[in-house]
Amino acid sequence: MSVTAPQVPMDLSGDPRRQRRERRVRSLFFVAAALSIIISAAIVLSLAGEAWGFVTAVDPASYFENGWLPRRGRYSILTIVWHTLMVSGIAMVVATPLGLGAAIYLSEYARRNVRRFLKPTLEILAGVPSVVLGFFALNFITPNVIQPLYAADRSNLLAAGIGVGILIVPLVASVSEDAMRAVPRALREASYGLGAKKWHTSLRVVFPAAISGIVAALILALSRAIGETMVVALAAGTSGILTWLPDSSGLTMTGAMADLAIGSDQVTSATAVQVNPFQSLFFVGLMLFVITLVLNVLSERVVRRYRQKY
Amino acid sequence: MAETTSTAPTTTDLVRGTLEGRRVNPVNTLVSGLLLIALLSSLLVLAVLLADVFGKGWGLLTERGADFLTTPLSPNAVDAGIFQGVMGSIALTAIVIVVAFPLGVAAAVYLEEYAPTNRLTQFITTNIRNLAGVPSIVYGLLGFSVFVNLFSGATGGRTVITGGLTLALLVLPIMIITTSEALRAVPTALREASMGVGATRWETIRHHVLPVALPAILTGSVLTVARAFGETAPLLLSGAVLSLYFAVPPEAGFVSLMTEQSYTALPMIIYNWARQPQEEFVALTSAAIIVLLAMLLIVNAAAIVARDHFERKST
Repeated sequence: MSVTAPQVPMDLSGDPRRQRRERRVRSLFFVAAALSIIISAAIVLSLAGEAWGFVTAVDPASYFENGWLPRRGRYSILTIVWHTLMVSGIAMVVATPLGLGAAIYLSEYARRNVRRFLKPTLEILAGVPSVVLGFFALNFITPNVIQPLYAADRSNLLAAGIGVGILIVPLVASVSEDAMRAVPRALREASYGLGAKKWHTSLRVVFPAAISGIVAALILALSRAIGETMVVALAAGTSGILTWLPDSSGLTMTGAMADLAIGSDQVTSATAVQVNPFQSLFFVGLMLFVITLVLNVLSERVVRRYRQKY
Repeated sequence: MAETTSTAPTTTDLVRGTLEGRRVNPVNTLVSGLLLIALLSSLLVLAVLLADVFGKGWGLLTERGADFLTTPLSPNAVDAGIFQGVMGSIALTAIVIVVAFPLGVAAAVYLEEYAPTNRLTQFITTNIRNLAGVPSIVYGLLGFSVFVNLFSGATGGRTVITGGLTLALLVLPIMIITTSEALRAVPTALREASMGVGATRWETIRHHVLPVALPAILTGSVLTVARAFGETAPLLLSGAVLSLYFAVPPEAGFVSLMTEQSYTALPMIIYNWARQPQEEFVALTSAAIIVLLAMLLIVNAAAIVARDHFERKST
């Protein structure tokens, strides 16, 4: 009579100490990842509180009057938003042809060894701190490039726009180059097989195939241009008066924030100040946050929605 | 045979002629020329920028020598140095490394190695990408509300700790994204092999995934830290001092310089000097920019050296 030993299934769960450590490590890492949610919440909360104080204290009708002069209690959102639009518009006019041209060249034309030299150089340009480009825009672009051609003040929005444009060229170039390199080789080969020339293949086949990534790159660059501070703070000056042309000084959204932050405009006169100018900083910050967030989400949507699957 | 080729072209020659003859296509040349001009003009801007800054600042820098780095700030352009700026920038960078590097790597390890594919993970990933796009000056407002006001007891208000923490939060999302990319590049087979012989997930990560990903993580992190090094806008709000006067003399020592007084940073000094209308400050600003760019270059070179070192070690 055979006695079968009670079958104990082999314990595969391992050393309980190791398991505990595993769980500890895992939860530690989770906390680090979840911290990003706390940061987002902190941004929104810290902005919204003070911004609300501003909204309740300032008559919305005055948003559309002329002049961002916190010292005199004048908060023209129109002024700073228009100046921001001008600067980022000029920046896009500068960065789009340069960035896309560079991207197409690097992706389609450059030989491997040329590319290996040119790409890092473009990355160096991306690494130049914005305060350096601000200095360059103020002390080189304005006197040597703009003023000989166009009667502009020493501080002007045009120089700021060009400076910001230079700053975002590497972003446009690298993101859209990635998009174009992701286009499968078969597409190019099919185009050549039909007798198309190199330029035709690059511009009429590869470029349209990568258009979702390219549009996303441009939206991302616009978002960066709107949020860029130091170039504008140095090159565009501190005038809070509305100007329709980029030939004179003007505060943008970020410029107004920098100006308030360094306190050059914090001197409150006894008259007409019913709101703490510092609160307006948070209101503009919140606007900036929302605008850039919408643009970033939009850029991601464009990629996901219009990407061609190969 | 020679006669036939000389009298009438063969079919081969005709075909070759039409194919090769069209090699130089005017449109092709024009397009590639224009594209190359677009690329080169961005690089030309870089060259002009460097030439301009060096032309304006090199003289002052060679004349003043190391003195420029060790003399404190002064309202007189003649004897102004950047001592506090260099010290402040080094201290800020140290805080950024200590805070953002471990947090960034930990978050990336969670997202790449542990996280289940669910709504929460999706939300965290999207959130990190969006945080990376928030303008840096908005982080300054965050630093002001949270570190200057809310936790002033812990940070001491407008101190270098406040600035460092603000910059750390600014670069954290970028740190997570670059580390995630580095981890994703590690082959899955490595993890499977390790877990197949009984290692836990953490053991696998620690002994196999991280060592392989380390060169890429380090390079990405250093580039990210370099970004923080040149950042100015968040410091405007999180308490860096703009004043041309600066109370603490260099003799006071590093610790007291950083803890007892408000701080400043090299990019802040550049910003402040660039705003001065007097002509003398142009050379001064340019010299400070050269120092900033040189320090960035050193940081980046360190990244390359570190990467080479670890790559050699792992193979």
